Amino acid sequence: MAISEPIVLPHATDEVRLARTWAQPRGFWGWFMNVHHTAIGVRFMVTSFIFFLLGGVLAAMIRLQLSRPENHAIGPDLYNQIFTIHGSTMIFLFAVPMMFQGFGVYVVPLICGTRNIAFPRLNAFSYYIYVVGGLLLWVGLFLKTGADAGWFAYTPLSGPQFTPGKRSDFWAQMITFTEVSALGVAICLATTILRQRAPGMTLNRMPIILWEKLVLSFMVIFAMPAVMVVSSMLLMDRTINTQFFNPANGGDVLLYQHLFWFFGHPEVYIIFLPGAAIVSTLVPVFARRHIFGHLAIVTSVVATGFLGFGVWVHHMFATGIPQMSASFFTAATLMIVIPTAVQFYCWIATIWNGRLQMKLPMLWVFGFFFVFLIGGLSGVMLASVPVDWQVHDTFFVVAHFHYVLIGGALFPMFAGLYYWIPKITGRMMSDLLGKVHFWLFFIGFNMTFFTMHFLGLRGMPRRVYTYPPEMHWGGLNMLASVGALFMAAGLIVFIVNFFQSKATGTLAGPNPWAAGSLDWATSSPPPEYNFAELLTVNGREPLWDNAPNQPIVSGVRDDIPEVLITNSLDSEPQHKDEMPGASIWPFLTSITVSIAFIWSIFSPWGIAYGAIPVVITLIGWLWPRGHSPAPRQPALEGRWSK
Amino acid sequence: MEQVRERPVLDVSGLPSVAFGKSNTTWLANVLYMMIEGTMFALLFASYFYLRTRTDSWPPVQDPPLLTYGVINGIVFLLSLIPARYAQKVAPTGDRGRIRLALTGLALFAIVNMVLRGFELANLNCRWYDNAYGSIMWSLIGLHTGHLITEFIETVSILGIAFTPKMEGTRLADVAINSDYWYFVVGSAVLMDFIIYGTTRFL
Repeated sequence: MAISEPIVLPHATDEVRLARTWAQPRGFWGWFMNVHHTAIGVRFMVTSFIFFLLGGVLAAMIRLQLSRPENHAIGPDLYNQIFTIHGSTMIFLFAVPMMFQGFGVYVVPLICGTRNIAFPRLNAFSYYIYVVGGLLLWVGLFLKTGADAGWFAYTPLSGPQFTPGKRSDFWAQMITFTEVSALGVAICLATTILRQRAPGMTLNRMPIILWEKLVLSFMVIFAMPAVMVVSSMLLMDRTINTQFFNPANGGDVLLYQHLFWFFGHPEVYIIFLPGAAIVSTLVPVFARRHIFGHLAIVTSVVATGFLGFGVWVHHMFATGIPQMSASFFTAATLMIVIPTAVQFYCWIATIWNGRLQMKLPMLWVFGFFFVFLIGGLSGVMLASVPVDWQVHDTFFVVAHFHYVLIGGALFPMFAGLYYWIPKITGRMMSDLLGKVHFWLFFIGFNMTFFTMHFLGLRGMPRRVYTYPPEMHWGGLNMLASVGALFMAAGLIVFIVNFFQSKATGTLAGPNPWAAGSLDWATSSPPPEYNFAELLTVNGREPLWDNAPNQPIVSGVRDDIPEVLITNSLDSEPQHKDEMPGASIWPFLTSITVSIAFIWSIFSPWGIAYGAIPVVITLIGWLWPRGHSPAPRQPALEGRWSK
Repeated sequence: MEQVRERPVLDVSGLPSVAFGKSNTTWLANVLYMMIEGTMFALLFASYFYLRTRTDSWPPVQDPPLLTYGVINGIVFLLSLIPARYAQKVAPTGDRGRIRLALTGLALFAIVNMVLRGFELANLNCRWYDNAYGSIMWSLIGLHTGHLITEFIETVSILGIAFTPKMEGTRLADVAINSDYWYFVVGSAVLMDFIIYGTTRFL
C-alpha cells in the first residue's frame, strides 16, 4: 500500500467518545462505584502496602523485644498476638493481595491489550471484601482480641479449649474474607487471560507474566478452598460445638494440619510465582533481548503449579507421619527445585547473551537472585527429614522462610514497583534514592535474617518472647535487630522517593524502558479506556516484534463499553462483549457479606439472617438496568482486511 | 472525528455481541466457580474418609441416616435435569414464554428438593455436635444445601428478569449458564448421597 494513498479507517476511533463511554464516576461516592481495573489494581497495591507497613511495625516490635535477653518490654500475651498478626498480615493481607491481586489486576488487562478486566464488578467487590477482612484482624488486635495462635492457628491451641474468647474466630473469619477476595480476582484474571487477549497473542506468544498469572489463578482456585474449609471447621468447632479437631470425640488435630498445608504450600508458590513473573518480565527488557528459554520457563511455571500441591506434608515431618510418607514428600520437595532452577538458568542465560542495562529495577532483580537462592538452598536442607527434625520450630526455619518470601516476593515487588510506578503515576522514581533504598534494605535484610540461621542452629526456638542470658543468643539477636533498623530506613527512603516522584518526578512518557509488552503501548498513566486503538500482536514482545504496518482492530463500538473476546488458544476474535459499568452494588454487597461473616463469629444465626441482605444486594447488583445490552448480531467471522 | 491513517485493520464489526456456550465469558467464570466449589466438596469428602480412619466403626455409635428421603430426593434431583436441559435448549431462541416455563419448572423442582432436604436433615440420626462423624455429615449436607438454596434464588431471580423485556442478549446466555450450575448441584448431590447414604452402610 503506497504511503501517498492514505485510507480512511472504516471505524475511526473517537477518543472523546471513548473517554466518555469508559469514564468512571468521580467524587466521594464515585470512588465506591469505580470498577476500572487500573483504579482497583492501584487500590490493592496501596492497601496491601499499608498492611505491609503495619506488619513491619509489628516486626520491629518483635525485634525490639528480642534484641536483648530477659527483656520484658512486651509481655508474653501481647507478644503472641504480635507475631501471629505479623505473620497473618504479611501472608494474607500483604503478600498475596500485592503480588497476585495488585500487580495482576493492574497489569494483566494492559498486557492483554484490552480495555478492562473481565467481571470488573466482581473485581471491585474482591477489593472491598479484602479491606474488611484486614480491618477485622487489626481491629481485633486493638480490642485486645488479637489472634494469638500463630499465623497457621494450629489446633488444639487455637481450639475452644485452649483459646477461649474470640481471638481465633477473628483470625478464622479474616481468612474467609481474604480468600473470597483472592478467588474472585482469580476468576477475573483467568477469564481475562483466556478470553481477552489481543488478536494474534496466541498461547505460544503469550508473555510469561500472563502464563504465570494464569497458572496462579488455577492454583488459587484449587488451594484457597482448603483454607476456607479448615478455617470454617475451626470456627464451627468454636461456635457450634462441632468436633472436627477433638480427639475425644472422633476428631483429629492432624486433619487441621493436612488441610491447612494443602493450601499453605501452594500458597508459598502463589507468593513466589508472581515474583518470578516480574523477574521474567524485567530481565529481557533490561538485557535488551527476548527471554532465553520461553518454553522452558512456561513449562517450569506449569510444573511448579502441579508440584506445589504435592509437597504439603513436608511441613508435618515432625508430627510422626509414616517413614514412607516422609520419603515421598522429601523426594517431591527436592523435585520442585528443578523447575525453579530452570527459570534461574534461563534468566542468567538471557542476561549473559544480552546487553545488560543496570537500571534500578534490575538492581532489585539481582537482589532477588542472591536472596532467593540462599532461601532455596536452605529449603533443600530442610527437605531432608533429619535436618528438619533438628531445626524444626527454631529460628533456622524463620530465616529460611524469610529468605524465600522476602527474596521471592519483596525484592521482585520493589523491582516491579520501580518498573511500573512510572506507568501508574506517569513519573519516574529517583534513581539515587532507589539505590539508597536498595542497599539499606539489602544489607539490613541479610543482617537480620542471615543471623537467624545461626540462632536456629544454636537452638533458639521461634515464638518465645524472651530468653535467658546464659543461652548466649543476645549478640546475634542484637545484630538482627540493628538490621531491622536498616530495613526500616530503606522503606522510609522508598516512601519519600515515591511522594517526591509523584510531585516532581521526570515525566515518564508511554514507554520509558523501551519495553516490548503492550502495557507500554499506551500513555502513562493509561486512560480509562486503556488503548485508543486496539492492537494486534505478531510476537512475544509485541512492541519489538510487530510489523510497522501491524493491523489494528476496528469495529469495536466506542459508544458502549465493549471489548473484543478472543478464543483461548489462538486468540482469534470470537465475539464482542459489553462490560458492566460503574456501580455502587459491589460495595454494598461487600458490606452485607461482611455483616453476615462478622455476625457469624458471635452467633451461628448470623449467616442465616445475614444472608437476607446479601441476597437483596446481590439482586441489586445483577438486575439489568439502564440501557439494554447491545443488540444481538448475527455471527460472522472476523476478517483481516486492508 | 475522522482519522486518516495508512494502516491495515482487523475488522470485527460483523462479530456477534452475544455468545452461547463455551465462548461466553460468564460460562467460563461459571466453570471456574464450579472448580472452586468442587474442590470444597472434594476436601470435605477427603476429610470424611480421613475421619473414618480415626474410629473403629462407622458410624461410630449412631445408626446410618434413613435411606427413604435421601433416595426420593436423589430421584427428584435427577428428574430436575429435564427442566434444566429444556431451559438451556430454549434460551438461544429468545422465546420468553418458554424460558419462563422452563425456569418455573426448575424453581418448583428446587422447592421440592429443599423440602425433601429438610426431611433428610431430620432423619440423619446424628447431630453435628455428637462427634466428628456427625460434624462431617452435617457439613457435607450443609454445604450442598447452601448450593441448593443459592441456585434456587438465582433461578427465581432470572425468572423475574424473564418477565421483563430485559430478558434478551446476554441474559439469554445467563439462562443457559444457570442450567450448567444446576447440573453441578445435581452431580454433587448424587456423589454426596453415595457417601452419606452408601458408605455409612458398608464402610
